[in-house]
Amino acid sequence: MRPFDYHRAGGLAGAVRLVADGARPIAGGTNLLDLMKLEIEAPAALVDINRLPIDRIEESGDGLRIGALVTNSDCAADPRIRRDYPLLARAILAGATFQLRNKATTGGNLCQRTRCYYFYNVDQPCNKRAPGSGCGAIGGFNRIHAVLGTNQLCIATYPGDMAVALAALGARVEIASPEGGTRIIPVRDFHRLPGETPERDNVLEPGELITAVVLPAPAGGTQLYRKVRDRASYAFALVSIAAVVRMDGERIASATLAFGGLAHKPWHDPRIDAALAGQLPSDDLFDRAADLLLEDARVWGSNDFKVPLARRTLRAVLREATEIAA
Amino acid sequence: MQLSVNGERRDLGGDPRTTLLDFLRHSCGLTGTKKGCDHGQCGACTVLVNGIRINSCLTLAVMHEGDEVTTIEGLGTPADLHPLQAAFVAHDGYQCGYCTPGQICSAKGMIDEATRGWASFVSEDLSATPRLTREEIAERMSGNLCRCGAYPNIVDAILEVVEGAR
Ligand SMILES: Cc1cc2nc3c(=O)[nH]c(=O)nc-3n(C[C@H](O)[C@H](O)[C@H](O)COP(=O)(O)OP(=O)(O)OC[C@H]3O[C@@H](n4cnc5c(N)ncnc54)[C@H](O)[C@@H]3O)c2cc1C
Ligand code: SF4
Repeated sequence: MRPFDYHRAGGLAGAVRLVADGARPIAGGTNLLDLMKLEIEAPAALVDINRLPIDRIEESGDGLRIGALVTNSDCAADPRIRRDYPLLARAILAGATFQLRNKATTGGNLCQRTRCYYFYNVDQPCNKRAPGSGCGAIGGFNRIHAVLGTNQLCIATYPGDMAVALAALGARVEIASPEGGTRIIPVRDFHRLPGETPERDNVLEPGELITAVVLPAPAGGTQLYRKVRDRASYAFALVSIAAVVRMDGERIASATLAFGGLAHKPWHDPRIDAALAGQLPSDDLFDRAADLLLEDARVWGSNDFKVPLARRTLRAVLREATEIAA
Repeated sequence: MQLSVNGERRDLGGDPRTTLLDFLRHSCGLTGTKKGCDHGQCGACTVLVNGIRINSCLTLAVMHEGDEVTTIEGLGTPADLHPLQAAFVAHDGYQCGYCTPGQICSAKGMIDEATRGWASFVSEDLSATPRLTREEIAERMSGNLCRCGAYPNIVDAILEVVEGAR
């Protein structure tokens, strides 16, 4: 690990000032320290935000406001989350391990970096780690890589589970700016596609700090998180689907779906939700939804399986959700 | 700057890069806590901080001012074994023993989490009080790898303690 200055933030304003001066926030540390040990990240200064008073889940309008420092464990265990947002609890419980979730925070989880093997190997080219050096994954081993929204600069995925559920639930991220204000961004717009700047995972600007994630009123319906991975436990998603499905008699009243493991961000395509709304559930309908999801999919050699896997997983999730709900 | 380790006050200080794991092993001389992968993947470094199990390799010692850390040395002693330690001996919950301190600290944290009603990925009902079956224990202990593959005996040992308490 490279040397760094360690600061502990006393209050939110002080923390924002330190971050504006270039210090990196450290929350649970479970992703940042991993990367600092490998010298993939080498911040000159860290600001420890763990003692800031943003570690509560509070009621906010009809929804809930989850402070950025609420641990993944506390979030999944909160009685209101378990009762009203089971999708979120399920997605969190599908990720990492109890030890890691006991440290991992809501803000840090959103900002976790990709698990691309070439990003992790400093001897390999990687445009995300070293802009302009090339992409080792293209033409290399890319089993875990993206099939949607990629380009020739980067085909990495956003690896997390929690954000996929938040995208399906329509949650928003609350961000404190260095100028003193706050801005609110839908989780669906928080992560970005690689574009011309694959080194940027999300839309946070230098000096900004996440203060909370805000959940809208409970969505009800049937909520499912299906994670397909190489082992039954403790592995990142190859494909994951977060679904909120409401039925009206025999018909699907509304469906909101978000996908993990397929892109540089949790994937949400409003056309899929629109195609399902008002329809009678059938395998044909589910296949049409998969066609929409995958029409622009591009495979890279070792990840070709993700296209049929996403199709089958989507069919299985929609079958289960419409059967339970009916 | 101080923290407490197994009830004793210890001075923090020195290089902020020191992980809690290295602090315990080098500054405190408590070598029961093991360094396996050093990247949060194997669980050999599991300790309890304010009663909660964490990977001590992925946190900095300076971040724990005022915290109470419990390591395997603080759970029990050879003359006065913790029930989990005794059960691991009785059930041969290890071969080489390298992962054992982490397994035992993790099991202690796990039992307390279940008592608090925390669900796991395999729990059918998110809101019901969890019952620690073999399947639940395997899922909840999945952050502790055992290269010798002593898993069946580890689950037996934990189950014995869980059932003893029931
Ligand atoms: C072995 C292993 C397995 C894992 N498996 C999974 C899995 O299956 N699914 C999954 O989803 N995740 C998994 N994870 C990742 C884990 O969820 C993340 O490491 C964790 O959520 C990060 O949270 P943290 O608080 O520890 O972040 P930190 O490591 O403290 O920070 C991560 C990043 O976020 C930034 N940051 C932190 N807080 C803020 C804030 N408030 N505002 C702005 N920036 C901030 C930091 O500067 C840093 O860049 C795994 C991790 C490990 C080590
Ligand atoms: S896919 Fe992205 S993260 Fe992976 S090597 Fe290519 S540029 Fe780097």
